[in-house]
Order: sequence, then C-alpha cells, then structure tokens
Amino acid sequence: MDFLFSFTPLIPLFPLLAFAVIVLFTYRYNRLSSDIAIGSIALSTVLAWAVLLATLLGGEHIQVEGWQLRVPWLPAGTTVLDLGFAVDGFTAAMLFMVPFVCLMIFIYSQGYMKLGQPDQDPRYARFFAYISLFAAGMLGLVVARDLVLLFVSWEIMGLCSYLLIGFWSFRKADDEHHIDEAQVIRARKAALKAFITTRIGDVLLFSGIALLYSYTGTVTLREIFRPETLETLQTISLLGMPAVTVIALLVFGGAVGKSAQFPLHVWLPDAMEGPTPVSALIHAATMVAAGVYLVARMLPLFIAGFEVADAPALHWVAIVGAITALLGATIGLAQDDIKRVLAYSTISQLGYMMMGLGLGSLVAGIFHLLTHAFFKALLFLGAGSVIHGVEHGHHVAAHADHVHTEHFNPNDMKAMGGLRHRMPYTFVAYLAGTLALVGIVPFAGFWSKDEILAEAFHLWRADGALNLPFWVWLAGTLGAFFTALYMGRQLGLVFWGEPRHTAARHAHESPSSMTIPLIVLALFALLFGFVNAPFLGSPLHHFMGGVHEASEVVHAEAVPFNFTVAAISTVLAVAGLLLGWLLYRNYRPGQVEPFQVVLGPVFTLLRNKYYIDELYQQVIIRPVVWLSNFCFNIDDRWIIDPFVDLVGAAGRVASDIVRVLDSVVVDRWFVEGTAQLFNAAGRGLRYSETGRVQNYLLVVAVTILLLLGLYLYF
Amino acid sequence: MAIEQALQIFVFVILTLMTLGGGLAVVTSRNLFHAALSLILSLAGVVGYYVLLDAGFLAIVQLLIYIGAISILILFSIMLTRGLMTPRQVQRNEQWWIAALVVFLTFVVLIVALWQMVWPIADDEALRTPNVAISQLGEALVGPYAIPFEIISVLLLVALVGAIVLARETENNQGSHAEAGSSE
Amino acid sequence: MAIPLSWWLTVAAALFAIGLYGVLSRRNAIGVLLGIELMLNAANINLVAFWRFITPQALTGQVFAIFVIGIAAAEAAAGLAIIISAYRRRRTVVVDELDTMRW
Repeated sequence: MDFLFSFTPLIPLFPLLAFAVIVLFTYRYNRLSSDIAIGSIALSTVLAWAVLLATLLGGEHIQVEGWQLRVPWLPAGTTVLDLGFAVDGFTAAMLFMVPFVCLMIFIYSQGYMKLGQPDQDPRYARFFAYISLFAAGMLGLVVARDLVLLFVSWEIMGLCSYLLIGFWSFRKADDEHHIDEAQVIRARKAALKAFITTRIGDVLLFSGIALLYSYTGTVTLREIFRPETLETLQTISLLGMPAVTVIALLVFGGAVGKSAQFPLHVWLPDAMEGPTPVSALIHAATMVAAGVYLVARMLPLFIAGFEVADAPALHWVAIVGAITALLGATIGLAQDDIKRVLAYSTISQLGYMMMGLGLGSLVAGIFHLLTHAFFKALLFLGAGSVIHGVEHGHHVAAHADHVHTEHFNPNDMKAMGGLRHRMPYTFVAYLAGTLALVGIVPFAGFWSKDEILAEAFHLWRADGALNLPFWVWLAGTLGAFFTALYMGRQLGLVFWGEPRHTAARHAHESPSSMTIPLIVLALFALLFGFVNAPFLGSPLHHFMGGVHEASEVVHAEAVPFNFTVAAISTVLAVAGLLLGWLLYRNYRPGQVEPFQVVLGPVFTLLRNKYYIDELYQQVIIRPVVWLSNFCFNIDDRWIIDPFVDLVGAAGRVASDIVRVLDSVVVDRWFVEGTAQLFNAAGRGLRYSETGRVQNYLLVVAVTILLLLGLYLYF
Repeated sequence: MAIEQALQIFVFVILTLMTLGGGLAVVTSRNLFHAALSLILSLAGVVGYYVLLDAGFLAIVQLLIYIGAISILILFSIMLTRGLMTPRQVQRNEQWWIAALVVFLTFVVLIVALWQMVWPIADDEALRTPNVAISQLGEALVGPYAIPFEIISVLLLVALVGAIVLARETENNQGSHAEAGSSE
Repeated sequence: MAIPLSWWLTVAAALFAIGLYGVLSRRNAIGVLLGIELMLNAANINLVAFWRFITPQALTGQVFAIFVIGIAAAEAAAGLAIIISAYRRRRTVVVDELDTMRW
C-alpha cells in the first residue's frame, strides 16, 4: 500500500489548482466555480484518507519513521532549498480531520452564500476561490517536510484570513439586505487587525526559523530533531539562554499569533465579521489549528529546552495556555453576539490545547485539536444556520408588515429565543456540539478534555507540591465550568423561551445543503472521541504518540484514565450547563442579565473583554508613534511647534487626569479611566507623524546605529 | 616587487581621493548639476577599485551601467525638473546637522567593528590566483544562481514598466497641472 | 596585494557614510537618489573586496555585486520616474514638501 504515499503532494495541490482555475477562468460561472472547489477538496479528502489508510496499514515503522519526498526547489548558489513532503502518524491523524471538515464547510457554504437565489452573494465564485486557497494552505502545512513549505503555507493562510475576514468589506451599504456602512467598515478593520496581529507572531516565527537554519544549516524538521542536533542547540548560548530555548520561544510566538493565544488573541473575535463558513474554517480546521500544530510539530525543541534551561519554553506554553483558557471562557460569559461567544470559546479551547502541549504531551493537545475541530465547526455552522434562519425570518417579517425595523442585528442572541421549534435539525446538531464542547460523556470533547486534565493531574500527583501542573489542572477545571456556563446561557437564549423579535418568530430551517453537513458533523462530535478512549486502549496514542521518539527527548505514554478528574470536571460541566440554562431559559427582552445581577461590576469587565483592546490601542499603538516623536523633537525647527503642542497636550493630559480621577471617584471604572488617560496622551503624540521621509529614515539610521553599537558592546 | 606595491598604493590613494572627494561633492554641492557630475567622478573611482581588485568584468559593468546609463538618466531628470532649485537655494534640510552627527557615529562604529574583527583571509596561494574567468561567472549566473538572476531580470522589467506608467503624462495629470498653474 | 582588506573596508565605510548623509540631508529628491547610489557602491566595494580576500575561488561575491548593480538600475529608473511624476503633480522635488502622509 506504500504507493498511496506518493499521492501526498497532490493533497494540497487540488485545492490550489481549484483556486487558480476559478480565479483565472471560471469566475463568471458561480455554480461551476463552487462545484470545482467542492470537487477538489473532495478529491483531497479521498487522497488524504487513502494516505491515512496506508499509514494505518504500514504499522509502527511508517507511523513513527514516516514517509518522505524531497524536491529540490530553489538553487541559490551553494545551497539548495528543498520543498519536501512527509507523512507520519501525526500528519495522518491531521489528514483525517482537515480536508473532511473543509469539505463539510465547502458544501455548507454553497447554501450559506445562497447559490441560485436572487440575493446570492455578488462575489460568490471569488469566495470559493479564497476558501480553496485557504484549504490548500492548511493542507500544505500539514504535509510539509521542511520549514520552508511550512512557512509558505503559514503565510498563505495569513493572506487568506485577511481576504476572507474582510470578504464583506466590498459590500455596498444597502437597505434591502440590511447592510449598513458601519458593518462594512467593521469588516475592513477586522481584516486588517487579523492580518497585523498575526503578523507580529509571523515575524517571531520567521526569526526562529532563520536562527534554526543558521545554527543547524537545515530546514528539514527531521534533521533538526536528531539528538545530535538538539544537543548542539542546547550547548550554544544565545542571550544568556540555550539557543534551543530562544528558538522554541520564537516559534511559540508564531503560534501565539496564529492560534490567538493571550496576549495576541484580540484578532479572533473580530474575525467574526467575515461570512460564517469562514469563521468555521478559521476556528476549526485551519488557521488556529495551525499554531497548535506548529508547537506540536516542534515539541522536541521545547522539551530539549526544558531539559537544560532555568526558564523553559515549555512552561510558557502551559502558562499562556492556562491564562488563555480562563480568559476566553470568562469573556464568553458576557457576550451577546452568538458568534462572538463561540469565538471566545475557541480562544479558550485553544488554550486547553496549548496546556496539553505545555505539559509535554503531544497526544493530549492534538487529540483535543481534532475533536475540537469537529465540534467547533459544527457549532459555527449551526450558528450560521441560526443566523441564516433569523435573517430570513426578518426578511419575511419586514415584507409582511411593509415596515423595515431599523437596526436589526441577526447575530444578537437577545433577539432570538424559542428557535428549537422552528429549526429542529439545527437545534439537535447544535445541542450535540454543545455537549461535546462542554464535555459530557460520551461526546468527543469529554475524552479529549479529560485527557489534558488527567495529564496535568498525573504530573501534579507525581510531584505532590503545588507545582505548575496543579495550576494548569485548576485553570482547566475552572475553565470547564465557565465553558458549560456560557454554553448553557447560549442554549437558553437561542433555543428556549419565547421569540424576542419578529425575526425569530418567522425564522425557518435552513436548506439541506446546510443541514446535512451539520448532521454529519454532529455524528462526529458524538463518536470521534472514541478514537482515543482509554477503555479501548487509547488507539490514537499508539498511532501517533511515537512520532517524536527519534529525537530521544519526547517520550509519550498514555496517562491512565483517572476517575476523580473525570468526575470533578463532569459534575462541574453539568452544573454549569444547567445553571446557565435555568437562568436564561426564560429571559425576557429588556431584563437585566442574570449574570449581571450575580457578578455585578465583574460582568461589565467581562463584557468589555478586560479592556484589552483599549489597552493595546493606547499602550502598543501609540508608543510606536511616540518613539518617532522622541527622535524628531530634538531638532530645532520642530522643537518649537511640538513644544507648544506638548505643553498643550500636557495640560490636556493633566486636566484629563483630574477629570478621570474625578469620574472614577464618582461613578466610572478605574480601567476605563486609564484608557481615557492613554487616549488623551495619544492625541498629543500624533503630531510626531511629520510625513517627511527623511525623518523616518533618520530614525532608521539611529536604530541601526544603536543595534550596531549593541552588537559591538556585547 | 616593491615598486609594484608602491605603485598599487599610489593608485589606491588617487582612486580614494577621486571616490571620496567626488562623494563629498555629491552630497554637499549647492548646484545639483555639479553634484551629478561629481557622482560620475566618484563612480569612476570605483571602476578603478574593481580593476585593482582583479574584478575586470565588474569594472566594465560598472562603467557601462553606472556611468553610461544611470548617471546619464540622473542628468536628464535634473534637466527635466529644473528651474525649481536654483543653486542659490539652500540644499540641506533642517535636520542636516543631526544627520551629520548620526552618520559620523555610524562611521566610527563601522570602523571600530571592522578593525576589531579578525577576517578569515584566504591563504596566499588562493590570494595570488583569484578566480577571474568571465566564462565561469556566466556559467554561475545561469547555473546555481539562475533563480536570483531570473528574479533580477523580472525586477528590471517591472521597474521599466512601472517607470513608464509613472512618468507618462496622462490626461489626468495635465488637468491637475493646469490647476496647479492657475492657482499659483 | 599591497593593500590590506581593512583599507578597502574603511574606504567603503566612508563612502557609505557620505551617501547616508546625502540621503538624510538633501532637500532635493534627486539629491537623495544620488546618495543612495553612493551607498550601493559602497556595498559593492565590500562585496568585491570580500570576494578578493576571503573567497577568491568562489564566485558568490562577484555574482552578488552584479545583482546589486541590477537592482541599482531598477531603483534609479523607478525612483526617477516617481520624482518626475511627483514633480508634474506637485510642481516640486523638495522632499520636505512631499508630505502627504503627514498627520
């Protein structure tokens, strides 16, 4: 069966070809374009599953050693960059999930973008071209043998996320379709935000790859993970740390951006401005999975750093994961937009994956990645179906009454209610997704979340003290409770109670092209967990656990099923789900939120996402401007003007301080006050943008001079 | 041997005077036309350097492309945009002194760095017989360096097309042209 | 060779510094372009000197010098076109006055 492996390069190639064909030739023909896209991803799925089959039949040799193909690509003088493909147990496991979930999303998109209906999206064909390219990027990442192909795929995804999140920034404001100007602008801003935020991570990742190449002379993953190479990297010292730790941290920086981990998580909720299938694609099968996949792929580096350094990169993965898991889950409690709740849920679940990897367990993290991909795709597509239904209901209601109710937001959960009768298929599928996410036996999420928590618990008990695994376990268990709570709230608001808006009253079930993928994914959400169920002998562990064995630093063994851990998290999950559901099932419009009654000011903090966005606007974005200001104001011509401005600004800042202090004392929030302070300071500092190229160049020169000086000094 | 060495040093000094003196004139001359002519002097000094360094092909390339093409292009551009910057006008901007300071510091840092560094100089035998065959250079350009070479050629094509598009006088331009004229 | 490597590098550093000064201090956009040409030439002197003294048997140094010259040609063409275009639209080639990006 080994000949099946030679199909591997074709897996990312088909969607890539679909992209090229649609963009170049068939963009005028909508149905043909989407058929090409769906057909290509279906072919990829078949090939990917064939490769999976070959890996399954190949036995341990193939699953651990793997198959690989080297293609010399770019000759550049004495070095040649390779473009290689490789398959091992880990890749095969990803290949089971990625193309299949993509296929489901593609089929669903056909219904969502309203093929053949009068209000079909005007850029329908282009949409399918973009999502094909996106799928090609993710598949290329998964089958990459070298960091070059991996990085290229990584960047393709970055570009596609920009194009797709901003997909509706070309829409015209239009009353007929309830599109207002603000929505279009939000889409544009969200796309830029996603692109720029992930770019921060990409730069770090690229520096990591460059460092790896300069120290090891190779970009092939397997060569880097050879014990000798890792040992060399451990002995080289860089910035007071072993080089391997520095590189691992840089790589993790890339993953933090792509997988929306704290502190770079801000782009992901805004990414909801794109069409819902895009959200599903980004949040389940591709973009955010890429970061987790990268960390898992590079796990030997992290663990090698763990062995030698005082500040091990591995701990950072676990810490960032734990923070993100809690942060996302708590913010999710206070959001009204159905998709935003899911977005914060994704952030939180990605935190779980990072926690699993940070504990050194490849399988725990990846198992959760796989199950999460199925049930989160399901939830997003379900949310899309709900939005679709409500939008339709709004349309019907508006036409019946001949009145356009202004300012209707189809994503607002508070305008829904009682939809379980009107959209039964969507409801059942959504319920399955919720139970899987919350972690109720025997749904998929139970097994994978339990494995991460059991791993943490196991490491804690092995040591005994209140060590990092203990905190990780605590964060994970608390996070599980919050997850259940916000999902209970969501179920109650959307599917129970009375319809709170005419649109919800007239909502109806979505077409079969949308419900069939939902049902299929619901089956996976129910059953997929069994691929690594402990009582079946943890098959996934045997399949992919050994891929990093050759590096001699990663040792994977399945942690035994722990009844205590499972019981605690399940009880908390059921309690949270019931609590959320009970509190919100009879929510009436205009009523003060039950959570707000209980949590008080904390609820405001959560609703405003801990003010992190505001903080970044003032603390990260302004100082970039400030730095240039610092350099230019030395100069005599501008010393007068900015001085006056600065005095003015200082006065303004001072008065703002007084005012803000005042308002804090009276009624305002401390956090909000800080944001205003920064805002005022920023207003004064914008005068540094002189627009003169030579000023900017001077800053560049000074920076280079400083860097050169530093280089000499050390 | 000693005479040859002395001669080399003499030539080097002359070339350095040409290059650096020309360079200084380029950045300080009030008359832009003179600055461009000084650039040609400076570039000619660099041609001499290449000859001294046994890089004959490069010397020819430098002569043809830099002095023959780029300098002439620059002279034409100066003539096309003339009448605006008369020689009496101040040619430095307000940040010139801070620029001078930064540049001086950069120079100092560079000098310190390169005099500290121990360079891995090749052995005498290799130094005496450098690889200078033009045919080998040609083979390298279409062999191991084929892809960078192709990329450069595409870049040149793009620059060519871009330059034509940018510099072409369109209807639109002429419109704003007239507007600018009337408002003045 | 009578002239040691560090002399060549010193000359190149000096030429680079002169060019950088021109780029930073010239008011006329064409003057800025002249400075850039000087900087590129300084880099080229370095490449050729390194080739001659460190890897005389390899071709990398010379090949890269050729690439740099190619890039310089492209840069001059595009740069001058931009200057002429800006001159047509704004009636100026003074860099300070081309500040559309200003706050």
